Amino acid sequence: MATHDFAATASHAHAAPQGFIRKYIFSLDHKVIGIQYYLLALTAVFVGMYLSLLMRIHLIWPTASLPLLGEIKPEAYLSLLTIHGTIMVFFVLTTAPQGGFGNYFLPIQIGAPDMAFPVLNMLSFWTTFLAFMVMLASFIVPGGAPLHGWTGYAPMSALQSSGPGEGLGADLWIISIALFCLGALMGALNFITTTLDMRAKGMSLMRMPLTVWAWFITAILGLLAFGVLLSAGVLLLMDRNLGSSFFVPMGTISGQLTGHKGGSPLLWQHLFWFFGHPEVYIAILPAMGLASQLLSVFSRKPIFGYKAMVYAMLSIGFLGFMVWGHHMFMSGMSPYSAFTFSVLTMAIGVPSAIKTFNWLGTLLRGRIRFQSPMLFAIGFVSLFVSGGISGPFLAQPLLDIQLHDTWFVPAHFHLIMGVASIFGIFAATYYWFPKITGRMMNEGMARWHFFISLIGTYAIFMPMHYLGMAGHPRRYSQLTEVAYLHRLIPLQTFMTYAAFITIAGQFIFLFNLIWSLKYGAKAADNPWEATTLEWTTATPPPHDNFGGHTPVVHNGPYEYSVPGAPRDFVMQTDPEVAATH
Amino acid sequence: MASFTPTASVDDPRLALDDCGNVPPVRGGGGDDGEPWPGSPDYGTRLRRARLGLFVALIPVLMLFVSFTSAYVVRQGLPSLDVRTNQMVRDWIPVQLPILLLANTCILLLSTASMEFARRQTKREAVLSPAELLPRDLFGDERAMPWLALTIFLGISFLTGQWLAWRELATRGYYVSTSPSSSFIYLLTGAHAIHLMGGVLALFVAGGAALLRRPAPTRSILVDITSWYWHFMALLWVYILCLLEFAH
Amino acid sequence: MGLVLLVVIWLITILSTYFFIAKTWWLPVGASALAPAIDHHFTTTFIVMGIVFVAAQLSLGVLVWMYRDRKDSRKAEYSHGNIKLELVWTVLTAVLFVGLNLMSRDIWASERFRPADPGAVRVEVTGMQFAWYFRYPGPDGTFGATKPELEDASSGGEGALGLDAKDPASKDDVVSGIMVVPVNREIEVILRAHDVIHSFFVPAMRFKQDAVPGLAIHMHFTPTQTGDFEIACAELCGMGHYKMHGILKVVSQDEFDKWLAAREAEKQ
Repeated sequence: MATHDFAATASHAHAAPQGFIRKYIFSLDHKVIGIQYYLLALTAVFVGMYLSLLMRIHLIWPTASLPLLGEIKPEAYLSLLTIHGTIMVFFVLTTAPQGGFGNYFLPIQIGAPDMAFPVLNMLSFWTTFLAFMVMLASFIVPGGAPLHGWTGYAPMSALQSSGPGEGLGADLWIISIALFCLGALMGALNFITTTLDMRAKGMSLMRMPLTVWAWFITAILGLLAFGVLLSAGVLLLMDRNLGSSFFVPMGTISGQLTGHKGGSPLLWQHLFWFFGHPEVYIAILPAMGLASQLLSVFSRKPIFGYKAMVYAMLSIGFLGFMVWGHHMFMSGMSPYSAFTFSVLTMAIGVPSAIKTFNWLGTLLRGRIRFQSPMLFAIGFVSLFVSGGISGPFLAQPLLDIQLHDTWFVPAHFHLIMGVASIFGIFAATYYWFPKITGRMMNEGMARWHFFISLIGTYAIFMPMHYLGMAGHPRRYSQLTEVAYLHRLIPLQTFMTYAAFITIAGQFIFLFNLIWSLKYGAKAADNPWEATTLEWTTATPPPHDNFGGHTPVVHNGPYEYSVPGAPRDFVMQTDPEVAATH
Repeated sequence: MASFTPTASVDDPRLALDDCGNVPPVRGGGGDDGEPWPGSPDYGTRLRRARLGLFVALIPVLMLFVSFTSAYVVRQGLPSLDVRTNQMVRDWIPVQLPILLLANTCILLLSTASMEFARRQTKREAVLSPAELLPRDLFGDERAMPWLALTIFLGISFLTGQWLAWRELATRGYYVSTSPSSSFIYLLTGAHAIHLMGGVLALFVAGGAALLRRPAPTRSILVDITSWYWHFMALLWVYILCLLEFAH
Repeated sequence: MGLVLLVVIWLITILSTYFFIAKTWWLPVGASALAPAIDHHFTTTFIVMGIVFVAAQLSLGVLVWMYRDRKDSRKAEYSHGNIKLELVWTVLTAVLFVGLNLMSRDIWASERFRPADPGAVRVEVTGMQFAWYFRYPGPDGTFGATKPELEDASSGGEGALGLDAKDPASKDDVVSGIMVVPVNREIEVILRAHDVIHSFFVPAMRFKQDAVPGLAIHMHFTPTQTGDFEIACAELCGMGHYKMHGILKVVSQDEFDKWLAAREAEKQ
């Protein structure tokens, strides 16, 4: 009997699973898992958008009675905003770019047949899914969803009597987040191990596409940050249910002693923001990596300053762990620490600025093609700039005195983290849909979607800066009690109408997504004429990604318009010698 | 017609057949238990990858306890307003640790020794057995099993001992909510115990792999990973004990 | 499409910038000693960042239009970047950002690094779900004791704070639902909270500080204009957060003395 020398038989392919359950439900294939994550995020974003729609309606018409829901009470408004923020940050921005596209394309872009630990990958998705279900459940339990905002500051989040929804709803919120942490950590484990250990021959670190770098650095941030969030959640659950006093000092609520003593509300803030600040970089880095990718592909030019881009992302990641105090300037923290955090925060603006210059530099002297992925990449740059500009205001404690906890803050983070990252998700969808499904999405619908989204989101979020400067505090469910807010109501009204239109525009995207599955134009294997490894393989990629062989990489990922080359792009696997790399 | 099927079916001609004309058997999930891939990774690669994965996995565990530590340090030193007297007071009174914890520590340290013996034994077997030739042979496994079993026994003893230590604290009147010091004792020992339970589960899986006659390289990797995790847990326990005992 | 993008990006930029420059919705009039310095620094930051904003967006628009693929034989430039340029704009950005920050340091230090003057008017500001209470120590200069078991919001300000009438120092404490202070005097606020975190925000004074349970935070500011200024709670504290609002009345020293004396007299 011949020996089955598995190691030597390079032509052995990984046998595919059978049956609907193994193929689609509990799949171990990173591509299926990536799609599962994406669909979860897609569901979450529509839920999150719906919640924000209700919020916008309530702000302008606080006494309006909505069909099925009736009147939205002030406490309900706070539940809406809490779950809106939590869902968007965790289940959309941390899920779709990383869990969705990262899972699908990281292995392929480095030439690997799958992630390092497929079973763990499958578990990470289902844990995240469970977390989402638990989060939604907080709406339907007695008391409803918590009121304490996605930031969950103690003692409010630690005292069950601080408001409706702060009972079981808040416990479920914490449990959901804890589950999410576990899922994210499992995912991070896979991403890091895979990137370090499973790159194909010739795929050195400095030949990895910037998307891979972004997913890799994001995973490292997650690895270090989610454990801290988990610890904060554990302590909070203990304070809430076991009578400990990590975060709750002695105090009274409605005239009754709470029974706690000695705890520190600032401790919660430190732990939460130690996670929370890296989290915002987790939300944006994949989109930055993708923007770099798309600007290069669609300008037919190498990315301007590849190494600088890598170092910039590394510094953003590193510095991101040192600036958490800038969320706490007004918290009662030492003013000396405040100043230190402030200088570090301004410093982190530098690598972000470098990236922006480099994106512009990539466009310079390019040959720009305006297909839908590129539209969203350009939109991303614009939004990133807009959102970034408000950063240096908030980063200076002196100015933060006026702006902290006003609408200036949501203006900043929605533009730079929310919308910019969502544009990254859209760009990724239009870009990779052909590879995943074999069909192109409809360009006409995509353009409508792009312009409505770009103009619409600016119309919603730009005015928030004005509100903030005028002193409009955050998280006010009504504008009726503070006199100086009354003259800001027209601006809020404008924003609500802009929201109606923008949200309606997202249904064009949804329709396009579903319609193109069946009726989209058939896609070639490399419709964008891009150079990275996913475009070298079949559409959709086979189970082991490369059909039985492992790719060998000869070039960097951005070899476009190489002088002397036969076409205006050189694949990473092409043996032709590129000018550099 | 577009489809969402990213996986190829068995009939797909792109799948290669082996020299015997067979499709390679599908075995469970997870790259770390021997599922063949194109150019199926060898033992060395799989071990390295599994160890890398474990190293990466230990970082968030570390961060969890770093975070608890910083909460511990902050809580110890921070004064807070007593609203009855309107004075800033510090309410940290260290709780005397049950002596039982020392005994438990010895048990845990012993278990690291038995764990290490188990690890080296299974490694020896993996190196000696050409797994590719005889993947399902049990090869001198009798030598590793007792060490595995002993580690499981000691691990469970440790956990039982921790439970008893908790009982002792309770009889002395220290519960989770009694004082910040007692809260941290329960928190740190509890979090450690949960992680150690995970280690015990991994040991059962490793033992099960042996009983189910899994190939020696696979068993070796399982035991290797579990043992590094186990050693980390022991070190972590010593750290926690020192923190609780000496850091006031 | 390049032209369309340019027009859209430029229009958005110009429109938003217009409303910033026209100050259609702007910072409220500053009425404290520090406000001019803060506002000046705000303007500096604003101009600097405004220039960056406009320059970046307009050049984005120009670049996507100028370098659109004209379907001719022109090739894109094969360049991996320019190290010198990278260094230049990195250094410039760093200098700009850190410079801005250092410029504000002195003002921040003067506000926050020093305690209040010994002669400052002291007011204890307590936040609780969902109201602010202001306590004046009275002629003895001491705040009387408060006890949690005496708390009873339905019996007015003293009840809400749980003022212990048995403590002699409490006899001359004045508790008010409105914060009255004299103009051009430094006001020391001692911020407290009973239940959850609140935040004492007076936009006109350019003053904000979280009121944290378990802490008594000392801050100060100096109002420079008389008038009524609204206080808004600026930290989510529960369902009544939006209506946890107060009034800061800045009056002349005379009026303040009269008001305080009248309140003291009421207590007898």
